[in-house]
Amino acid sequence: MPRDPRIWLGGGFILFLALAAIFAPLLAPFDPLEQDLMAATAAPGAEPGHWLGTDSLGRDLLSRLIHGTRIALTVAFVAATLACLLGTTLGLLAGYYRGWVDAGVSRLIDIWMAFPPVLLSILLVAVLGAGLTSVIAAIVVIDWTRFARVVRAETLQQARLEYAEAASALGMGRGAILWREVLPNVLPVVLVLLSLEMGIAVIVEAILSFVGLSVSTDTPTWGGMIAEGRQIIYQAWWVLVFPLGALFLTVLAFNQLGDGLRQWLDPILKR
Amino acid sequence: MPFSLILSRALSALVTLFGVMVVVFVLVRVAPGDPISMMIAPGATDADIAALRAHYGLDLPVWQQFWIWFGQVLHGNLGTSISMKQGVITIIGQRLPATLELAIFALAMAVVWGGFIALVSTAWRGAWVERLIDNFNGIMLAVPDFIWGLAFVLVLGVLAPVLPISGRSDPSIDAGLTTQFYILEGLLRGKFAFVWDVLKHMLLPACALAFPLAAVIGRVLKNTMMDVMVQDYITLARIKGLSSLRILLQEALRNAAVPALALTGVQFTFLIGGTVITERIFSYPGIGNLAIDAVINRDLPLIQGLVLTFGIIFITVNMLVDALTVWLNPRLRHA
Repeated sequence: MPRDPRIWLGGGFILFLALAAIFAPLLAPFDPLEQDLMAATAAPGAEPGHWLGTDSLGRDLLSRLIHGTRIALTVAFVAATLACLLGTTLGLLAGYYRGWVDAGVSRLIDIWMAFPPVLLSILLVAVLGAGLTSVIAAIVVIDWTRFARVVRAETLQQARLEYAEAASALGMGRGAILWREVLPNVLPVVLVLLSLEMGIAVIVEAILSFVGLSVSTDTPTWGGMIAEGRQIIYQAWWVLVFPLGALFLTVLAFNQLGDGLRQWLDPILKR
Repeated sequence: MPFSLILSRALSALVTLFGVMVVVFVLVRVAPGDPISMMIAPGATDADIAALRAHYGLDLPVWQQFWIWFGQVLHGNLGTSISMKQGVITIIGQRLPATLELAIFALAMAVVWGGFIALVSTAWRGAWVERLIDNFNGIMLAVPDFIWGLAFVLVLGVLAPVLPISGRSDPSIDAGLTTQFYILEGLLRGKFAFVWDVLKHMLLPACALAFPLAAVIGRVLKNTMMDVMVQDYITLARIKGLSSLRILLQEALRNAAVPALALTGVQFTFLIGGTVITERIFSYPGIGNLAIDAVINRDLPLIQGLVLTFGIIFITVNMLVDALTVWLNPRLRHA
């Protein structure tokens, strides 16, 4: 069992978010889309029942925040996992087989690194058309390099170690060595990256919503709430504060979890 | 650095740049949504539309369009923006200085702030100061520019309005500058009030960009300095009676600077990438903000030109960092 509080705090907060996402309809005091123009831009607590206040259409902020966890976590888990699978596979192949595979993958990474990621994701979503699938696709297409770079370097190093040579001397095939010997040793690094990537995915989704390119406006998202809050910041600051705070804590949680895992899984850092 | 190494790096950069061009081109050409449909006047005939398509070369096969575009780019012609009806080069030329000044200002802040963090936490190592800075550093590192930017807008722009949160300078001040390098030209011409105003507008977006980078620099610098501080020559310097501050600055910092520099270079490209959304948050008139508008307006020539500009900046920064690291490291220099 890990004793690092960062793993427990980070993981605990994410579990809390996951529960909020699953039970959103039960937890949310209002329908997140229900408009009440009489109670528009009510400050937190000013209108009965609206604990965190309302936005410019009188929609309950707490309910929208709770429902927003659904998109945030869906993107975090699906996009990060797919990016991880793609990047790890390419990184393993490049690092283990080297030669032209490595040349191709490395060149692709170089090209990818020459794009500003935010701009590329905006461009991709504009090309694919707004929507949850496009957002996920954009994150996968852009962020696989984070995994590929690290996994490639790690695989290069692992493949040179004695255990890989021993397996080869025992007559194991190259594919089997990669799958059964090298991969398990690369996994800890991948797991840490995966946790960090989930935090990044949440941010990218929020940025795309902020620019108006994520899911449709009838689905409550943190980024969409932030975009509205930025526009009416002088009239109603609280519209921005709560989704921004939620985003901040979520990113921090994934990060702390990742850092904690890094230390826990690394026998040298663990001491 | 041997000539062959320089040559192979430069060739490699060119191949990458070519790849960037192919990706950009393919991306914007497969985009659904006809850019022509946004610019035709109501009542335009099919012939008018066909003429416009021919004017922008959109009626040719895609691969042919690519080679035409590629040839034009080599001649320094990036075409005409569809939404702004101006040459892409002209538009980018007007907006790029704003982004460059912002990015360099942010980089300078990150280096100074990161260096300061490292020095203070090394000087007070083992004490509560170090733990406090480490924790704060962890948060600065984990939270991206997007969140910092919005938090600054909220806290320092609205709740306690001490700094401007939109634009590049106060529109009521007309400094009468001829270039878009406001700070550089303002300083050269001695218009300090104007430069001060521009700096105030730049401060919050620059902080948002600088925070994550400062945290990285601070962490790496501190770790290397900690390793240096237990070396024999530090003990020797102390026996010789050098002050702690002087040891920190002259011995530890100088030796820790090279590894930090290499990392700073790589991270600087992330900072430049971050200008896209940060400029959007602060309505800052640079190429990042422009790029988002170009994507929303489906302005293909402008998108291509802007992404290419970013690509060239990234590749150039990487090459400069490579060269600088090799130059500063004698082991690599003579390799």
